[in-house]
Amino acid sequence: MTKTIVIKGGTIVNRASEQALDLKIENGLVAQVGKNLKGDVQLDASGCIVASGFVDLHAHLREPGQEEAETIETGSRAGALGGYTALVAMPNTDPPQDSVAVIDFVREQGKRAGLVDVVPSGCITLGRQGESLAPMAELSAAGVSLFTDDGSGVQDASLMRRALEYAKGLGVTLAQHCEVAELTKGAVMNECQCCTNLGLPGWPAIAEELMVFRDIELVRITGAAMHFLHLSTKRSVELVRAAKRDGLPVTAEVTPHHLSLTEELLASFDPVFKVNPPLRSMHDIAALKAGLIDGTIDAIATDHAPHPRRDKEMSLDMAPPGMLGLETALGVVLAEGACEVRDVVALMSWNPAKIARIDDRHGLDLVAGAVANICVFDPEIKWTIDPERMVSKSINTPYVGRNLQGRVRHTIFNGATTVVDGQAQR
Amino acid sequence: MKHLLSIDELGLDGLNALLNLTDHMVEINQRPVPKVPALRGRTVASLFFEDSTRTRLSFETAAKRLSADTMTFNVSTSSVNKGESLRDTVATITDMGVDVFVVRHKSVGIPWQISEWTKASIINAGDGAHQHPTQALVDCYTIREATHAKSFSGMRMVIVGDIKHSRVARSNIQAFSMLGAAVTLVAPPTLLPPDVSHWPVAVSHDLDEVLPQTDVLYMLRLQSERMSQGHVPTLREYSEQYGLTQKRVMNLQAQAIVMHPGPMNRGVEMQIDPSDVKNSLIHRQVANGVAVRMAVLFELLGSGSNLAGQA
Repeated sequence: MTKTIVIKGGTIVNRASEQALDLKIENGLVAQVGKNLKGDVQLDASGCIVASGFVDLHAHLREPGQEEAETIETGSRAGALGGYTALVAMPNTDPPQDSVAVIDFVREQGKRAGLVDVVPSGCITLGRQGESLAPMAELSAAGVSLFTDDGSGVQDASLMRRALEYAKGLGVTLAQHCEVAELTKGAVMNECQCCTNLGLPGWPAIAEELMVFRDIELVRITGAAMHFLHLSTKRSVELVRAAKRDGLPVTAEVTPHHLSLTEELLASFDPVFKVNPPLRSMHDIAALKAGLIDGTIDAIATDHAPHPRRDKEMSLDMAPPGMLGLETALGVVLAEGACEVRDVVALMSWNPAKIARIDDRHGLDLVAGAVANICVFDPEIKWTIDPERMVSKSINTPYVGRNLQGRVRHTIFNGATTVVDGQAQR
Repeated sequence: MKHLLSIDELGLDGLNALLNLTDHMVEINQRPVPKVPALRGRTVASLFFEDSTRTRLSFETAAKRLSADTMTFNVSTSSVNKGESLRDTVATITDMGVDVFVVRHKSVGIPWQISEWTKASIINAGDGAHQHPTQALVDCYTIREATHAKSFSGMRMVIVGDIKHSRVARSNIQAFSMLGAAVTLVAPPTLLPPDVSHWPVAVSHDLDEVLPQTDVLYMLRLQSERMSQGHVPTLREYSEQYGLTQKRVMNLQAQAIVMHPGPMNRGVEMQIDPSDVKNSLIHRQVANGVAVRMAVLFELLGSGSNLAGQA
């Protein structure tokens, strides 16, 4: 007999209900929802939301190849602390995730760590070189349902069209990192007044928007499903909103940092604020938040991008882009007050589980029989981070010294506790 | 003052104080033995990651005239070539006992980053296309010397050329406006930064129209790679529109001043020999470089000492 766990005193948030009830977990499943439940282990959830575990559509776990920055195990632990029960692993590893061997390795490493479901994404093109298609059918047969060259966009419009046509036949989704590379050579930050002052090469909004527009039109003629990664500009939101109005099968995500941080931070010359796409303006943040509220944007995804300290001690132009996200996503999103708590659950669990096509076991309503992937969080608690106590192998978080709101208290993955009272269990 | 990183951070008072102090340094440089013991026992390290003739030599000369010890870091023969990180390099040199780093780097922001890694003072001797504050000090001092004006109020400064990639332009726009001048930028739109609407400047694309209303004509260097990057079609076309020709010199007012931070691209932005221009201050800019940098070093390191005595 496995031990039973009871989550006591929280508010269970499901799609059609919000109820102050206890929840009992047995044999990896939700066994019962009700009042005054008892179990072998009791987890206090007073003042907390009890919801399906978070699903990150966009995590760079760095293994294989860049284990100095992160491993699948350390990234999984960071995810668990952030309330995640599933992470879509981005394919820009070394070697990249363009073969069944690498996909299987990533998934196996995820199982070995056993802290979250590690869901490998596959490359759209071989080696992420943008020249020829990766063996998408083989990868699909190996369980991949989301394909992307993230880190860069597929530049060749003809190849992208073929990829969408091919993906449609397989019933998989392509995800695009929208960046027209010719417009961002050497770019360090948003093209704006601040970059004018600093003399830094600008990353113009149009470099993103042109590719968003191109891909929407390619979706229109192919009918294939397309997910837009980390949208960062006002016009991108407008383009996706119009595409959805036209009934096209497109979805979109935004990162916590693009909802909370602006371009002026680059004036500190601290490469921790360098990210791709770059931090934009207040104007863009307002549009992204509006997109969250009206459903144009389906998911909040972290783009968790660990880098070793020495890489972030280089100059702004040389330092690699990217920042940590898994441990702070909830706290940043709630601190921003961008949306209601139940919207957060939709944006961080229900919707991304569907986009990643893992909604048979994640993003479920917490009712008897559901797989017990659960996140318990206090939506009101205020906190600040201590980078030394973060469990990611890297420390490149931009949120040191910032006030966050909302923190994960317990995380349950496949019926087992991975985080209890804010502490990783393994 | 702990560091000299940008004109903006220096501020108007700091700018005026350094220009006034430069007068003393000019006087020292005119002595038969142009050397004082003010910075004896202090060490100035030059950390130049980019080529430089006048800035590096003038800093080293300035340090020696104030009796400071100098340490020159040569990138091509250093451990940087063995893969040592910038932070480790700075820490290593700091451990040897350095009071000030004079830093030039192709990357924007490096002097600020280094200032977080060492207790020594930092002088920004040029970071990417961002700032070159000592050049702006030299230019302001040179204009002051030529015009005997402590305020630039009412003066019309025209900066011509590759504003987008110029740290000299960014520092000088700040310094000239701080001192009261009206600044006009003249460049093709491709050589302007993406958005200058918040800068205290006017913008023109027609040099000939601006020339007759110019008090100081400041020519910037155009690097030949701007052509391959598509900023200008050909150097010849640029030169025809924005280069200083004999004909254009004729269109200047009689008392107008011509300046250039060097190194000049003869045949591109300068189609004439500067000695052909009556009021060219280009040689004064170089000459004043040492005195200005003496003032900066003394301001950062000389508290408690004075400029009296002989070394």
